[in-house]
Amino acid sequence: MTQNYRVENTGLINRDKKLSFKFNGKKYSGYEGDTLASALLANGVHLIGRSFKYHRPRGFFGAGVDEPYAVVQLFRNGETEPNIKATEQELFEGLEANSVNCWPSVNFDIGAINNFLKIFLPAGFYYKTFMWPKSFWYRIYEPFIRKAAGLGVASTKHDKERYEHKYEYCDLLIAGSGPSGLASAYAAAKNGAKVILAEDKPRFGGSLLTSDVNIGNQSGRDWAEGIVSELKEMSNVVVKNRSQIFGYYDHNMLVMSEKISDHLPKTKKFHPNKKLWYIRAKEVLISSGSIERPIVFGNNDTPGVMLSSAAKEYLKVYGVLVGKNPLVFTNNDSGYETAIEFKKNGIDSLVLDTRKNPESEIINEAKSLGIKIKFSHVVVAAQGYKRVKSADIASISDNKKQLGKIENIKCDCICVSGFWTPTIHLASQSGNKTKFNEDIDAFIPGISKQNETTLGAANGVFSLEETLKTSFQAGNEISKKITKTDKKIPIPNVVEKKSSQHDKFWCVPLPKGKNYKRFLDFQNDVAVSDIEIALREGYRSIEHVKRYTTLGMATDQGKTSNLNGLQLVSEIENKVVPSVGHTTFRPPYTPVSIGAIVGREVGKHSKPTRKSPMHSWHEKNNAVFVDAGVWLRPRYYKKGNENLFEASKREAKNVRSNVGVCDVTTLGKIDIKGPDAAEFLNRVYTNAWLKLPVGKARYGVMLREDGIVMDDGTTTRISENHYHMTTTTAQAANVLSHLEYYLQLVWPELNVNVVSTTEQWAGAAIAGPKSRDLLQKLFPKSDVSKEGLPFMGYMEGDLFGVKARIFRISFSGELAYELNVESDNGNFMWEKIMEVGEEFKIQPYGTEALSTLRIEMGHVAGSELDGRTIPYDNALEGLTSKKKDFIGKRSLQRAAFIAEDRQRVVGVVPLDKKTSIPEGSHLVKDANAPLPNPKLGHISASCWSVEYDNPFSLAILKDGKNMIGKKLFVMSPLKNKIIPVEIVSSHYVDPKGERVRS
Amino acid sequence: MLYINCPHCGMRSQNEFSYGGDASIKRPELNKEISDNEWNDFVYNRKSLRGKHLELWQHISGCRQWIKVERDTATHEIFRTFKADEEVAS
Ligand SMILES: [Zn+2]
Repeated sequence: MTQNYRVENTGLINRDKKLSFKFNGKKYSGYEGDTLASALLANGVHLIGRSFKYHRPRGFFGAGVDEPYAVVQLFRNGETEPNIKATEQELFEGLEANSVNCWPSVNFDIGAINNFLKIFLPAGFYYKTFMWPKSFWYRIYEPFIRKAAGLGVASTKHDKERYEHKYEYCDLLIAGSGPSGLASAYAAAKNGAKVILAEDKPRFGGSLLTSDVNIGNQSGRDWAEGIVSELKEMSNVVVKNRSQIFGYYDHNMLVMSEKISDHLPKTKKFHPNKKLWYIRAKEVLISSGSIERPIVFGNNDTPGVMLSSAAKEYLKVYGVLVGKNPLVFTNNDSGYETAIEFKKNGIDSLVLDTRKNPESEIINEAKSLGIKIKFSHVVVAAQGYKRVKSADIASISDNKKQLGKIENIKCDCICVSGFWTPTIHLASQSGNKTKFNEDIDAFIPGISKQNETTLGAANGVFSLEETLKTSFQAGNEISKKITKTDKKIPIPNVVEKKSSQHDKFWCVPLPKGKNYKRFLDFQNDVAVSDIEIALREGYRSIEHVKRYTTLGMATDQGKTSNLNGLQLVSEIENKVVPSVGHTTFRPPYTPVSIGAIVGREVGKHSKPTRKSPMHSWHEKNNAVFVDAGVWLRPRYYKKGNENLFEASKREAKNVRSNVGVCDVTTLGKIDIKGPDAAEFLNRVYTNAWLKLPVGKARYGVMLREDGIVMDDGTTTRISENHYHMTTTTAQAANVLSHLEYYLQLVWPELNVNVVSTTEQWAGAAIAGPKSRDLLQKLFPKSDVSKEGLPFMGYMEGDLFGVKARIFRISFSGELAYELNVESDNGNFMWEKIMEVGEEFKIQPYGTEALSTLRIEMGHVAGSELDGRTIPYDNALEGLTSKKKDFIGKRSLQRAAFIAEDRQRVVGVVPLDKKTSIPEGSHLVKDANAPLPNPKLGHISASCWSVEYDNPFSLAILKDGKNMIGKKLFVMSPLKNKIIPVEIVSSHYVDPKGERVRS
Repeated sequence: MLYINCPHCGMRSQNEFSYGGDASIKRPELNKEISDNEWNDFVYNRKSLRGKHLELWQHISGCRQWIKVERDTATHEIFRTFKADEEVAS
């Protein structure tokens, strides 16, 4: 077969460029400018897939975004993508696509057996069937359904394509480049407004591409081309094709997906596949047009039954006949346009018009062309399985209830027109209160909620003349309010054929004794009978009917099915459509690739990576890194074949016996300045701050107002009105916001400023019995003796020409100091410490050793300050002042917080002194108690004590204060461990704190 | 995405802000004796209004100022915004 259905002398395809492609493994050819759908139809291929539920054969129903059937699995450049509409996918050389929903093949489909087992799959089948016996679900039903259903297979490979995001602002965003979009864009652009015009198809012009009209003495198509090329030249206008505005969000934010590479065999180097635009528009003009709706009749899902507008588009845009013996079935004048187009290409058709004796210009034209017409006639049922072979037709009574004698006529396609449904999705998404328009049997936008205006067919205006007039006006008036410029554009003359009234007829009655399936929703296989069942079973709300039957819930979102569904519900319920109401339109209007939504935020770009100034040194010295929030911190420094456990033990031991150095740059740092700084700290921290002298640091705990510990850290008085606060790495951002909240909103009378200085300082902790000796060599000019720099003391020093801050603070339980230098000098500081420290056997230590050291000495950290504990729980109640008020103090009087058996931090040692205790394990009294075994507490942090050479953990334990010395069990069902343990003091090492003060 | 008029910076998208809850809540004064109920009202009890709501937002990725935003919680319409120390006339 070589494009037997392609006709000469019509279409916008490039016949000089032939393209070859494969469908279901078979080779075909098409032309540049084709869609996959038009190219297949040119080759006479109508069978493209199987339906979702009954696996009935599926063909093409539309020619664009409204297509419910023709969903394929696409293969392009070694990648695969499911859920691609063949009607939207542009053809490229080497394209390969497969049918979905059919197994093992589109021609022989096992799932079609469902068609004969319909009894199992009526409305609500998701809820009713497969429920019994229960065990069958996992083993039989579910795997079978998964295999038989679904709309394709997602790739399991990493997507190599790149997707970009773009933020844009404009005066007018115009959705759709049909007559109303072009006219309004032109008028607004001439007034100098910043305009974005978006068209989802590759070609601009919308209905002007297929309609037989004249604008300003040229064809509609030429007029559109002229306007588009003029707009493209204007610097204040962005014109985008292949760009679908799919969502209208709050405050006039719209999102558009631009396909940049999908029409090419391969994405160009440095080009994205798609670009997602976030557009904040001052005004939005919706010119999204309308979609033809079907008439419901028997077997109306047979391949070859399609919208008459689609048949016309395949002919006028692609030069493709959807059949050579067409039957047109219409309730309005649009069907005649299709019949005339066939005739012009030498194809005779028969028109069935449900109306009795309509008269109009276009009907007269059809008559004069010799087109056969039968008025008051309907298609009762299509016949043929994989392709329409004939149609049962009959006359219909004036009241549309009685069918005449049924006659079978041969045909190879049935082009249906049930009038037009405005595309109101965007308006509805914006919150517009839509209203039902009796004249067109459809909803149109009503009162706008946001700055949106709907124009043309989307607003139910089907006359071109009126559309152009109102759109030029709207474009001019809306833009002139923004730009204060008023360039009057003359509205061009329009020549179009006037239409006669359509027939409010949408569903052909069943003939006696026949039980044809009459489908409403073609993608989800929802038939008239399903809606009837739902209503019979008591569903009333249209939202419930939708969910029960899945009407309109497929990937096409019911673009062709919703209104007929509403008509049916209103008919059965004896209500009018507006009182039934339509279901909510939700974004996206059409499926959007997950890749486009994610954009560049994948892999390492999914979050920023923060590195300390010493990062490259750590890398060079075999550091194994760990994520600490967005920071990368050395977890340990690997020597030889060491594992984590061995390395961290070595590093921690070296701190206890010699001296170690740890990168603490990641700690949050906040500069606090102002005459009221001391008073502010006194309110923020639980302990007293008014008497801290200059040159001294103090450990502080801050609470939230609910009494829960928020963070801890040291703050140092640098000078009279200048403090340097440190926070934990994790809470740095929250603490800053917390401080700003109180300064700006609660106590604005305090004269204090806070600013984050985390990035300004590089930090190194040097810890161990030899740290003072090292410090003295690093700062030979400073007196860092026990007296010169006592515990919690602070001084500035000169580190080989670099200004450094020296804090005598300890997180390890050892004599320790923390050095800060400006970030740029961080590496210099580190290298000097390593160089000078060599004689003291210095070793760097990572977060794992850091944890070991702090756990051993019972210093609480993030795993205890977990947002659920109060100062008492962390043995920090000694730091809560009785004399002064502070943030969260009043909450500490809550009954639960002062309970006698309140939880408290304790130490935990396994009785065998060997078994490591998994973090997160529960502490229980009796390991054999029936489940659920009452939990007394949990293990918050575990380490291998280098001091005692056995496992040691911290735990938050109920009545912890009175549990010291008791024997309990640690249970970890996850690790399948039960460990007998003894509860000890949390201060396992140096309980009196003698070393830090030495 | 909301479009919020920061009184210091102008119109900015929501992703530059973080939400801070009901702006009508007043923290009890320090050192004042108050009942459990009063304190609970301050810490926990919120009206969760449907409709016009005065709330706090912080322009964290901008000027870092806490601001007050009068917003409809059902429609997301923003009526007015205020600086932290600005008097809110109803
Ligand atoms: Zn701001």
